[in-house]
Amino acid sequence: MTPAAPPAKLTTACPEVRPATPADAVAGVAPRYVAAPATEAQASALLAAAAGLGLAVLPRGGGTRLAWGAAPARCDLMVDTWQLNAVLEHSAGDQVVRAQAGVPLTALARVLAEAGQRLAVDPADSGGTVGGLLATGVAGPLRLRYGTPRDLLIGVTMIRADGAVARAGGKVVKNVAGYDTGKLLAGSYGTLGLITEATFRVHPAPAAASYVSLDYASPEAAAAALLGAARSTLVPAAAELDWPGRGAPISVAVLFEGDPAGVAQRAARLRDLLAELAGAQARATGVSPEAGERLRTGAAPPPWWGRGAAAAPDGTVLRIAFWAGRLADVLRAIRDAAVQAGLDPAVSGSGAAGVLHAAVPPDAAPAAVAEFVTGLRAALPAGRSSAVVLHAPAQVAAAVDLWGAVPSAGLMQSVKDQFDPEHRMAPGRFAGGI
Amino acid sequence: MNRIAAELGPRLARICGPANVISDPMELATYECDGLTAHRCRPALAVLPATAEQVAQVVAACAAAGVPFVARGSGTGLSGGALPDADGVLIVMSRMRAVLEIDPVSRRAVVEPGVTNLAVSKAAEPYGLFYAPDPSSQQVCSVGGNVAENSGGAHCLKNGFTVHHVTGLEIVTPQGELTWLGDGTGAAPGYDLLGAFIGSEGTLGIATKIVVRLTPIPEAVTTLLAAFTTMGAGGTAVSDIIGAGILPAAIEMMDALAIEAAEAAVACRYPEGAAAVLIVELDGPAGEVELETAAVRAICEQAGAYEIRAAQDAAERAAIWTGRKSAFAAVGRISPAYIVQDGVVPRTALGDVLSAIADLSARSGIRVANVFHAGDGNLHPLVLFDDADPAAGPAAEKVSGAILDLCIEHGGSITGEHGVGVDKARYLPRMFSPDDLDTMQLVRCAFDPAGLCNPGKIFPTPRLCGEVPGVRRAPHPLVASGQLEQF
Repeated sequence: MTPAAPPAKLTTACPEVRPATPADAVAGVAPRYVAAPATEAQASALLAAAAGLGLAVLPRGGGTRLAWGAAPARCDLMVDTWQLNAVLEHSAGDQVVRAQAGVPLTALARVLAEAGQRLAVDPADSGGTVGGLLATGVAGPLRLRYGTPRDLLIGVTMIRADGAVARAGGKVVKNVAGYDTGKLLAGSYGTLGLITEATFRVHPAPAAASYVSLDYASPEAAAAALLGAARSTLVPAAAELDWPGRGAPISVAVLFEGDPAGVAQRAARLRDLLAELAGAQARATGVSPEAGERLRTGAAPPPWWGRGAAAAPDGTVLRIAFWAGRLADVLRAIRDAAVQAGLDPAVSGSGAAGVLHAAVPPDAAPAAVAEFVTGLRAALPAGRSSAVVLHAPAQVAAAVDLWGAVPSAGLMQSVKDQFDPEHRMAPGRFAGGI
Repeated sequence: MNRIAAELGPRLARICGPANVISDPMELATYECDGLTAHRCRPALAVLPATAEQVAQVVAACAAAGVPFVARGSGTGLSGGALPDADGVLIVMSRMRAVLEIDPVSRRAVVEPGVTNLAVSKAAEPYGLFYAPDPSSQQVCSVGGNVAENSGGAHCLKNGFTVHHVTGLEIVTPQGELTWLGDGTGAAPGYDLLGAFIGSEGTLGIATKIVVRLTPIPEAVTTLLAAFTTMGAGGTAVSDIIGAGILPAAIEMMDALAIEAAEAAVACRYPEGAAAVLIVELDGPAGEVELETAAVRAICEQAGAYEIRAAQDAAERAAIWTGRKSAFAAVGRISPAYIVQDGVVPRTALGDVLSAIADLSARSGIRVANVFHAGDGNLHPLVLFDDADPAAGPAAEKVSGAILDLCIEHGGSITGEHGVGVDKARYLPRMFSPDDLDTMQLVRCAFDPAGLCNPGKIFPTPRLCGEVPGVRRAPHPLVASGQLEQF
């Protein structure tokens, strides 16, 4: 079947429009057209035209996380942001950078590095774009100290479903003028509009880094180490764990960043703190809590560091969030639910920040994964935790409630209805059935 | 008794107890303004609920009667966010001041909105933790108010604002329902309604429980005071400190007039003859702080500081801060009246903007004392005038507004921490286009289509919110209140 030529209304608005190919399908849903606006004005005209034609719209940046979320209920027009790829302003003295949504994160990092700065977010895959980072709200180990993209965002420009251009925030870190619509866009999976520009607060790139790592035999021991480090006055930049399987020890690593002498000092003090904790536990339980490899310090991260959602790119990955003090309980809950379902997921992540990933290989039976997810959700502390399936193979996605319950789903629906009354922006992909 | 008091008074008295419903005009005077005393308006009724359920019932009653309502924390806000509606109910949150829970291992606490900012830190102190956002009014201001305004404080350059330190909110929606935004983890799925609510100046609902993030108390703190003979030199020092990759916990600057006022008020004994003083605070692990202190000293000397003092203990640290913290009130000593302005400019534009403010002051003959968070470009010009002269107030307003224009021209903001409220709504269109404001108001329509929750604040032109078909989260208010049956 020959692909239909894009309607004139679209090509008038945006010269770069083509029929879609099978490669453009998202979770088996194929769009009809793919457009790549080159300017904000084109993006605005494009979405206005799409509105006039009643088309369902799906934004695409680097395409690295298109498999996340539920399959789109409809997708007529894919909007690519690769032509919106300029770093518009980088004021090193103000520690602020303003970039178009299509700027690849690697390109942004290079620009910032030239001035000795960085965007303090380290998601598992850096193949994405500025817009994608914001729309999926992903973060990495640095979330312990710096938060997620929404915490670093100070300004945003979006195109509404009806084509209107809307800005919020600004170029200065301190700004409480008007509502912070940027926060709403963060992690919204393209369901509220097309992000075309984002302004972030940046930080000085650290002069030195030191990773202190140790392996533990039990969740309790690993949790004590991580939470002890996070609660100390040593100000770690990150505190992560990796538990590849039921029978393996739990690896823990803590990152310090800053001045070389200062970092070495803090790493040494953490070693003392961990030894103290281990000693106390050994006395209490009669058994050494340590296992596997001995404590070591180095300038390079352990091989598993920051793997997060990239742990099983073709499999199923859950993101589990909880109040950090429950880390040991949550680790046990994950193992118990997995055992019940006959699975042995790899667990890793920002234990001290209360965020973990559980990865299940692609060949796991859908029914087993469903049982694992349901069982885990039932065991997690109610109202203070969540387990979201970030991505899964098609058969698993069909068998599982990807998002689970979300607080204030009704209010979320109201916000969606205001921003996108016709439900054409990435319909069906998001939490609460949005 | 006014109509609203007659209509709603008994109902609210049944909800909160008659002693907690105020309709007497003399008593209502207490609530007629917040920290922005130029704007005063008595509400028709004031009510002091004790529980989240009472707040919800009060709001539901207002919603059913179509009566607007405004929430008030400690009444210290500087933008009129708690300015009552003359035909509305003022919901005063000060009875709800319990610290409900502290979870030191998770580094979280759950507090009621009437708890003062400082009280949170005090409650966390035994665990070696504190609550980072520290507005200057922290001894009095409420956390609920901080949430409404997304308050910062002197240490927010390094530590962030309220939005970075609140991970969950129980709110009463403008329809009177209790619901949670976020879940305390900081990583809840779905839209970040929490992030949109914080800083919405009380227009999207009323917070009834606040989950805060607690931070380990820094091991070491040093506070330096550096004196310069010119503002420019001080500004250079600031730029160089940031440029060196140092992120101080706070960098504050005061000009000669502000110093004069502070000296008159609290005898802070800042170095004589200073055209500018810089207060730099560094905190963190002991080793790092030592290194950074040495670096900051060197930079200040390089920039021309003629005197540098380092606090040797907590008492000296407090002494250095006294001058800065008293500045706003202190100008009351050198001027009968003053306007506290709050604007932001990119730090790199500070020098230009301060010169421009000096020009404005010289041309208008109106004195302006400058106190500001130099690290993040947040200015607090204090525009001084004599209110005995009827022309002086408007003239001072003009200068104050011109300063905001300067901020916008230089790519900044009309408010860094005080909020838009009533005072700056007319400036918002200078920063944002009609489409920008319209889009923001979509959020308001989602939460408060009836327009009863703190109406008239922030947006100069309210947006009409059409009824969105199919969105009914609760029974129709008339059904809920028992006035109608639905078959």
